[in-house]
Amino acid sequence: MATEFHNLQELRHSASLVTKVFIQRDYSEGTVCRFQSKFPSELDNRIERTLLEETVKTLNSYYVEAEKIGGQSYLEGCLACATAYIIFLCMETRYEKVLKKISGYIQEQNEKIYAPRGLLLTDPIERGMRVLEISVFEDRGSGSSSPSSSMSSAGSSAR
Amino acid sequence: MKNCEYQQIDPRALSVSPSSAQNHTEKRVQRPRRKWEVFPGKNRFYCDGRIILARQSGVLPLTLGLIVVTCGLFFAFDCPFLVKHLTVFIPVIGGVLFVFVVLSLLRTSFTDPGILPRATPDEAADVEKQIDTSGSSTYRPPPRTKEILINQQVVKLKYCFTCKTFRPPRTSHCSLCDNCVERFDHHCPWVGNCVGKRNYRFFYSFIISLSFLTSFIFGCVITHITLRSQAGKSLVQAIQESPARYPLYLVICFFSIWSILGLSGFHTYLVASNLTTNEDIKGSWSSKRAAEESGNPYSYNSIITNCCVTLCGPMPPSLIDRRGFLPIDEAIPAASASEIELPPFVAKNDAHMCTQSTKDVLERVVHSFDYQGLCPTGTPKTSPLALEVSSTAAPSPETSPSAGCSRQLARHPVAAPCPPFSSSNKRDSLHSINPAFRLASPSPSLSRTTLILGDAPDIGFIPLP
Repeated sequence: MATEFHNLQELRHSASLVTKVFIQRDYSEGTVCRFQSKFPSELDNRIERTLLEETVKTLNSYYVEAEKIGGQSYLEGCLACATAYIIFLCMETRYEKVLKKISGYIQEQNEKIYAPRGLLLTDPIERGMRVLEISVFEDRGSGSSSPSSSMSSAGSSAR
Repeated sequence: MKNCEYQQIDPRALSVSPSSAQNHTEKRVQRPRRKWEVFPGKNRFYCDGRIILARQSGVLPLTLGLIVVTCGLFFAFDCPFLVKHLTVFIPVIGGVLFVFVVLSLLRTSFTDPGILPRATPDEAADVEKQIDTSGSSTYRPPPRTKEILINQQVVKLKYCFTCKTFRPPRTSHCSLCDNCVERFDHHCPWVGNCVGKRNYRFFYSFIISLSFLTSFIFGCVITHITLRSQAGKSLVQAIQESPARYPLYLVICFFSIWSILGLSGFHTYLVASNLTTNEDIKGSWSSKRAAEESGNPYSYNSIITNCCVTLCGPMPPSLIDRRGFLPIDEAIPAASASEIELPPFVAKNDAHMCTQSTKDVLERVVHSFDYQGLCPTGTPKTSPLALEVSSTAAPSPETSPSAGCSRQLARHPVAAPCPPFSSSNKRDSLHSINPAFRLASPSPSLSRTTLILGDAPDIGFIPLP
């Protein structure tokens, strides 16, 4: 079980980067943060379609939760206005809390699903929420059929 | 208008860029740098990146000064009289409003308005690739646009040539700050910053509270003069007796009231209809503009919902991460860049050295340089030097020292008498003796070379003829 959880830093530095695939924003519902669920063709033989779609769907739901306008956000806004916005200096906003959850989720997805397939997701906040960047690393093994053996061979060749 | 030339992004240029690598080389040994220090827009940062301002913030002190001076005069001259004759709450209300105004102003000025960071080179190349494949390769259309559907309405997204990305809807590029700002309203010189998604609510509260403050002060001044004139004197006499400052700040209040009240009214209309100043001025969603039916696709069609969303909606985070440290990945090419600089200088110095140990060090440096697999970034003159280094490093060291060619790396016999070595002597020899080696060599690189060549004091040199 431990061998399947790869050191992501090791992946980044030892394996060579082939290309980067970008999933763009979907603006069909306005300016809310949403990513397109269209599957990029470059990843056809690297990862199953359903896995990536599931990841994007979950990320989209997180962003919807962050930007939800409802009772809690109004309360936060009114409280902030009443305190002349000083409260923003002391308190963590709901958006920031959700962003932390998102980065934890992406880290977990990378460790469990993407790194074994030689892929790496970059948190959209690091790219200004413009794109979801997927780094595609060189596939030294036979691909997704034997993920641990492909990565171990990559690791040993880098040494 | 900004530079709109279409410049194709060379995918080969996506690897190390020399100038940035050089910067990192010099700073790498000192301390890790924060992202605000390399921010490409025209902004100024204070308090180690906590405070952000536009570059031209000249009018902000004037705004602050006007507010402070007016309120100061109010507290000094009106309040004592009014407290005596009316109520003690006058200065209290004035004080609360003043504090609110100043805090809102500072918050508007010092907050990131919603700057969109520029696209990374990989992203930009990806966008270019998509554009090229979709259109003809011979004809390059001028401003690139992409049409998308938002709530069943066609919206054009423009390509930003500076930020190298398609601007999200409602985003505009501010030429004064040289940034794309999300939900761009306008660039306010009084506030010294752009007004965008993240600081619109601060700006709105600033102008609303300022309207209240100026109206309040104006009302108090009128009350003061009226009360004075009622106490047995005529109005004109009362004004004449009062200090000369009254008419001055009466005038300031009077004129600023109309402009501030007008602005507040305008922005209240914008908030209620979920529009930005930019969209309103351009008439993007005006019904008389286009033949097809167009309405604001972002509006919730309810005044209260629009107001709540704009003013009390969730506070989005800053996308530019001013205080984050530059990633370590950028330091790795810096390591190779420093070694790129070293071989030419080491090769130069080696021509004057006469010990075997130097050659070993040189081989090690060159091998590590080869290992990185990056091309040297210096002038063509330096690259042949580096290549000669690798070629002459392998063969025997007994090359003739009297070879006329200045670029030949002579390995002098170990036993040859050499004067004692010192770094200043080395530099003088480099500059005076052999013009071929008279490259612009700044002292930091020389000192770095001295560090690499560990047994420097023992190394002597023979000047070439």
